[in-house]
Amino acid sequence: MAVFRILFGLMMFLSIVRFWGNGWIDKLYLQPKFFFSYFGFEWIKPLGNYTYLIFIICAFSAVFVTIGYKYKIAIITFFLSFTYIELMDKTTYLNHYYFISCLSFLMIFLPASSYFSLDANLNPKKAFQHIPIWTINSIKLLLGIVYFYAGLAKLNSDWLIKAMPLKIWLPSKFDIPLLGNLLSQEWVQYAFSWFGAGYDLAIPLLLLYRKTRTFAFVLVVIFHVLTRVLFPIGMFPYIMIVSTLIFFDAGVHHKIVNLIARVFRIAKHRFDNGHKLVLDNGSLTQLKYMFVVLFFTLQLAVPFRYLGYPGELFWTEEGYRFSWRVMLVEKGGYTQFKIVDGSSGKWFYVDNSDFLTPFQEKQMAFQPDFILEYAHFLRDKFSKDGLQKVEVYVDCQVGLNGRLSKTFIDPKVNLAKEQESFAHKNWILPFEDEIKGI
Amino acid sequence: MVLFISLIWACSSDNGGDIPQPPVDGGGDDPMEDPQEVSFKRDVMLVNWADNIIVPSYEAFSEKMSVLIESFETFKNEANTTNLIAFREAWFSAYVSWQRVSMFEIGPAESADFRFSMNTYPTDTDKIDGHVATTTYDLSLSSNRAAKGFPALDYLINGLGQSDEDIVAKYAAPEKDDLLAYTEAVLADMSSLTAQVISDWKNGYRDTFVANDGASATASVDRFVNDYVFYFEKFLRAGKMGIPLGVFSGSTLPENVEAFYKTDVSNELFLTGLEVVQDFFNGKHFGSTATGESLATYLDDLNTVKDGEDLKQIINSQFDKARELVNTLDEFRTEIETNNPPTDMLLAYDEVQRIVPLLKVDMVSAMSISIDFVDADGD
Repeated sequence: MAVFRILFGLMMFLSIVRFWGNGWIDKLYLQPKFFFSYFGFEWIKPLGNYTYLIFIICAFSAVFVTIGYKYKIAIITFFLSFTYIELMDKTTYLNHYYFISCLSFLMIFLPASSYFSLDANLNPKKAFQHIPIWTINSIKLLLGIVYFYAGLAKLNSDWLIKAMPLKIWLPSKFDIPLLGNLLSQEWVQYAFSWFGAGYDLAIPLLLLYRKTRTFAFVLVVIFHVLTRVLFPIGMFPYIMIVSTLIFFDAGVHHKIVNLIARVFRIAKHRFDNGHKLVLDNGSLTQLKYMFVVLFFTLQLAVPFRYLGYPGELFWTEEGYRFSWRVMLVEKGGYTQFKIVDGSSGKWFYVDNSDFLTPFQEKQMAFQPDFILEYAHFLRDKFSKDGLQKVEVYVDCQVGLNGRLSKTFIDPKVNLAKEQESFAHKNWILPFEDEIKGI
Repeated sequence: MVLFISLIWACSSDNGGDIPQPPVDGGGDDPMEDPQEVSFKRDVMLVNWADNIIVPSYEAFSEKMSVLIESFETFKNEANTTNLIAFREAWFSAYVSWQRVSMFEIGPAESADFRFSMNTYPTDTDKIDGHVATTTYDLSLSSNRAAKGFPALDYLINGLGQSDEDIVAKYAAPEKDDLLAYTEAVLADMSSLTAQVISDWKNGYRDTFVANDGASATASVDRFVNDYVFYFEKFLRAGKMGIPLGVFSGSTLPENVEAFYKTDVSNELFLTGLEVVQDFFNGKHFGSTATGESLATYLDDLNTVKDGEDLKQIINSQFDKARELVNTLDEFRTEIETNNPPTDMLLAYDEVQRIVPLLKVDMVSAMSISIDFVDADGD
């Protein structure tokens, strides 16, 4: 757990430094004039230049987590600041970021600073060499869910039978050394698809069994390094590689701690006190258990919420996010919004680049909730500019996994009048094709 | 562990880098490899673009610019209607030729701000009149974009009077020297920019362009396809048709047509632009019917792998359909000024519009080219 805490904090710190270093704070959270909110979280917006402050807070709390100083406050701060950042604009939604939020939420309830931490050093009463096994298993469970659900999501006809979207993505990586020329081979695309699905489904089990664990870890490294080389997925592969170390037993972890201790000249033996953390039976502990159980129940259930919506999930994206559906679709869209003054009948098209960054426009163009939110923004904007009874229509063409683009949103529906909700959006036109599978 | 972390760092530092790699052999000794299935060669396409389309187009344009300057010299020496008409013809012919290079706003053209310098319209006649009156101006300033280039010449050649005699009279009036000097300055600016762009292409940029044949967001193909789609959407579709039609403003803006003072040429300028975009799509060599590796053959290549629809055909038919409808239109300015609403032109515009999603969604996603330069992570 200590190794996990240290590496997790370190990775988070590096991620934030990298994010900042790439100029993404400015580009993604300061430059846009408009931000796409999550339903129910409309009040969370970037704070102008103070946005940098949130990132600073987030980075510092990650450092505090690493060294294990004031761990409880640090991890809560980290969870809140990181999640705040993610909620500012859903354009930047990534499953990886959601994973970090989930993991840091879970870690609030775990005694991760009991060993080899500043907290334990300063307050021997809080130092424990042994902690309840369920705390470690809960992290394994979360990782297992991420992998397994990602694997389940790949069991569909586009992925397995058409090798989509890898068939589109891989050939464009022709300039990668050694592998480059192979990637345009059809059998390679199929092999990658099937191996990817198999890997995701099997890896939690392979990591759990002692006999296959080392082999599984080698697979983890190969798989994630490969995804890192092939796709622009930032720090995620490293975070996953590091996280899976949690599956190894205490012996391995002690070796790692020994190494860190030697490098930083920390007296490891101080922490090897043999004390066992026993959680009391108080109401606080009961509450803690309740939260963790509730958290996992939600984790298991939420990805299946798509079953409550009609239509093809990949097309409507109703219930798509927060479900570990990773790298499943090559989807692109084009939107042209038409504003009509209801009283005079005058109309004009909107130049999206007046209001959105290219990245926002790209993400908006194929996701119905973005389209609706933007339509409402346009309605309010032009009403303020003096237009009467503003109507908003969209001509939206979307292509999915190599299919020819087709009209995505009913062009006759006045989006100014449609409401956002968790109910099915009946103005999304049907997919008229079938993707079989889960 | 330290080793592990340093390994991680080593890997992250190659982020988006375009480290040139030696070409990897296709490996005929690999029994699994089907020799038929050769992947598309982007470098061959880049060579075709540069050597058979871009550079020859620039050269042809440069020749037209020389003719234009010569005809101006003649007019300057003797301002009469015959010489005005010849000057105007040279202007028009250069303007048409411009449509063949306007699209290539990458590298030298981009750094020279070529497109905006040569063709920002509507032209700012107040500014031009002011410059002529004060005789102090610096045309290299970007604030003067709307006072130079072809649209300024349009005003100076076609817009100073009702008839040719009226226009010639301006060039015979007492302040004619300032007017001639301004016209000359506009031409000099255009011709020096053109010379600079061509020379940059020939001395280095062509090789840079062709050598950058990778697949990252900064590779030539990715960048140029972005520029290509952008040109079609913003300058051809919106600039030449949509904006004057008022589709972005709610009311028509006839003064925003290209070549406002010589309105019988706006359609031809648009149609040339459309033809150039389609020719480029099909990799057609400049001034010839020969074709080479192109976006179309690239799609063909990907489609054979993909078993998809024949996207090349779909895109070409849409180009043809758009051209067909635009061909039936009256002069753009007349369409816009006399019809309320200008239904025929709006219908033609719709067909032009339909090309955008085909390029911007279907084509780029088949090629796995990202349509913006955002380097954010994906998942």
